[in-house]
Amino acid sequence: MDKRHFIAKNVAALFRDGDVVNLGIGIPTLASLYIPAGLTVFFHAENGCVGTDRTFTKPWNPESTRESVRQWLLEHNEYSGTGREVHRDLCNAGNESITLLPGAACFDSCTSFAIAKGGRLSATVLGALQVDREGNLANWKIPGKKLNGMGGAMDMVTGAKTVIVAMEHCTKRGEPKIVERCTLPLTALGCVNRIVTELCVMECRSGELLVTALAPGVEREDVISRTAAELRFADKLTQMSV
Amino acid sequence: MAIDKVTELAAAIDKIRSGDTVLLGGFNICGCPTNLLYALAERTDIRDLTLVSEDFGSSGLSFTQGPEKLFLNGQLRKIILSFLGNHKSAELAIAEGRLEAEFVPQGTLVERLRCAGAGLGGFYTRTGVGTEVEAGKETKVIGGVKYLLELPLRGNVALVKAHRADRYGNAVFRYTAANLNPCMAMAADLVILEAEELAEPGEIRPDEVQLPGVFVDHIVVTREVQF
Repeated sequence: MDKRHFIAKNVAALFRDGDVVNLGIGIPTLASLYIPAGLTVFFHAENGCVGTDRTFTKPWNPESTRESVRQWLLEHNEYSGTGREVHRDLCNAGNESITLLPGAACFDSCTSFAIAKGGRLSATVLGALQVDREGNLANWKIPGKKLNGMGGAMDMVTGAKTVIVAMEHCTKRGEPKIVERCTLPLTALGCVNRIVTELCVMECRSGELLVTALAPGVEREDVISRTAAELRFADKLTQMSV
Repeated sequence: MAIDKVTELAAAIDKIRSGDTVLLGGFNICGCPTNLLYALAERTDIRDLTLVSEDFGSSGLSFTQGPEKLFLNGQLRKIILSFLGNHKSAELAIAEGRLEAEFVPQGTLVERLRCAGAGLGGFYTRTGVGTEVEAGKETKVIGGVKYLLELPLRGNVALVKAHRADRYGNAVFRYTAANLNPCMAMAADLVILEAEELAEPGEIRPDEVQLPGVFVDHIVVTREVQF
């Protein structure tokens, strides 16, 4: 199993029956593929729905031409009203085409953010550039390098009952993303409850990072050497599921 | 209010003035009034605009589309967005001060629009506390929790899109295409609605209406798919 899917599967293991969960772009979205059998989880997409199914496809790519995109839009305009079909008016926050499960609901952005900020989300799962020991999160901007914008992230992490960061443990250049103190512009203060990476699962509580599970074959020293923050390990460390 | 609001595309776009704040509905391509947007991009004499939008259009395509067209035409003075994505030339223009940019958390953006639409003077939110978003804003502790004061955001013109509308402007959306369209429509002095289908009054059930016609000034009916 590739790293990203392994992280996603271990995120999905944290959900409980009936949870309403917002999934961010990238690894978080993959978590919908790994909901344990028998569990009903409602996924919220902040652009305006609850109840997304597990299919999501990019309708276009860098090779797409103006004409091919136009054709795609023309061909995906058959409306059943059920949301079971791929439709040009139905997408998630990452602009991927999605389908809906029976019992889904669509709504406008004000309603969507009321769901998030009004405390109706059991959890939100999102990526990070940095997380620190205080649970501070940075995920929207690298000064002088990358200006993405925060999108809905600041609202999600402020409103959701649990904030789960799903990310690779280090940057592509091997620099730790879990640090003593975030140096990048913050998304929110002290909001992170859990971190799931390809190496371990951590809990953030009262200024402490507690490792609760390790990936198979990963030793404590591997996590310590690739983390730039003080860590504590749970007395009973469990193993992440493959 | 006008009874029959159906308007020709060119006549509707002609209502936009240089220097206007333009509110744009849609979440990327979904629910974006592309016919109105691209008609505005044809009118390069309308300049110095402030554009309020969730995003700046799809990233990583080999051709230009979405709000970036207005920017490349030199029609924009300022953007108020929640998500830019990977638009290198706009990023560079922001860094060099050629394009003014204000980034607003998406939930705060829609609530600022809703506030303007509802005639409210602002609201307190926890979103952005302890971040750059807090800079220069009044704060207040309510029930032991710190909040920021956010002010209403109003536009001169809103460009919005619905699937179907009747001649009075009562509109319905499909699936996730409503997104920011209703709050953008509520927050502007002049609202131009792009609709794929036109209905006669009475053909849309009253309890089916998602955007009441009282918020709409002009309807441009087009089944064209612009991209």
